[in-house]
Amino acid sequence: MEKIKKTRKNNLSWWFFTFVVISFFSLIFIKKSLFYESLNFFINILKSVIIILLVVFILMIITNYFFSPKKISKYLGKNSGIKGWLIAIVAGIISHGPIYIWYPLLYELREKGMRNSLMATFMYNRAIKIPLIPFMIIYFSWAYMLILLLVMIIFSIITGMIIEIFDNYIKNEKAKN
Amino acid sequence: MKKLEKNTLKNSFSKSAKSLWRMFPIIFGTILLVSMANSLIPKSSYQKVFIGNVLSDSFLGSLIGSVSIGNPIVSYIIGGELILQGVGLIAVTAFIVAWVTVGVVQLPAEISILGKRFTLIRNITAFFISIIVALVTVLIINLLGINYI
Repeated sequence: MEKIKKTRKNNLSWWFFTFVVISFFSLIFIKKSLFYESLNFFINILKSVIIILLVVFILMIITNYFFSPKKISKYLGKNSGIKGWLIAIVAGIISHGPIYIWYPLLYELREKGMRNSLMATFMYNRAIKIPLIPFMIIYFSWAYMLILLLVMIIFSIITGMIIEIFDNYIKNEKAKN
Repeated sequence: MKKLEKNTLKNSFSKSAKSLWRMFPIIFGTILLVSMANSLIPKSSYQKVFIGNVLSDSFLGSLIGSVSIGNPIVSYIIGGELILQGVGLIAVTAFIVAWVTVGVVQLPAEISILGKRFTLIRNITAFFISIIVALVTVLIINLLGINYI
């Protein structure tokens, strides 16, 4: 049953890919300039993403090789405590590139026991991009930037906690039924 | 013992490669989708949306940020321009925060890889939290009497 579900999911992914590719190339017939603008943007993303994808792949290998489900659960699982939150916050801040590149690694970590709440906190803290801080200071003040970043870190934990509340509620409802 | 370690590393490589290949169509498709969305949604149209009401502008700021994609620097540039045109700081802050924390264009990829329930709860929570973050940030700035530009 699990294999059938996985095959179905895989087929859907390829249908999605096919649909997007057809839509992308259809732009040539709608407006050529839009197609070339999209193509340019696509090539630029690919250039910036290829190295990050490699880093994610290496991290996946390291995770699979060195970190057993027991270890992942210790640092990122149900009883990981404050260190789990700290790891999620710091890892989110230092990670680079578009969020969807990190989905495969997050999937692997969750399979090994990472909590959804810490995953959400990691994803929220990805909004804090250290190399872009100077740009934020240029358009706004440093005080604004500092306050915003601190508030975002606090609310990243709140976001994680909200996810945990929902998870626990759904778990309890399933247990009742 | 050494042979066992080699096999385990080989297995880790193989497992990771298969996992990544499985996600290739959805990730590559998302990059294409992001590229199309970037060209189809003109950034110059953003300022026409705001009406001057704090609550509705914050909601609209978060909404536009949620469907926007691209480098966050673009959100700072647009945010700076919106402030110069008189859009409130709360709306602009909600816009900047939602740009990076909510991902409507990435929803298919996130749902496919991380699950529908987690994705929907996370994005909906992040959407409303972006408005709260904006309100709290501007409240602190006003209380401290800080200049934000």
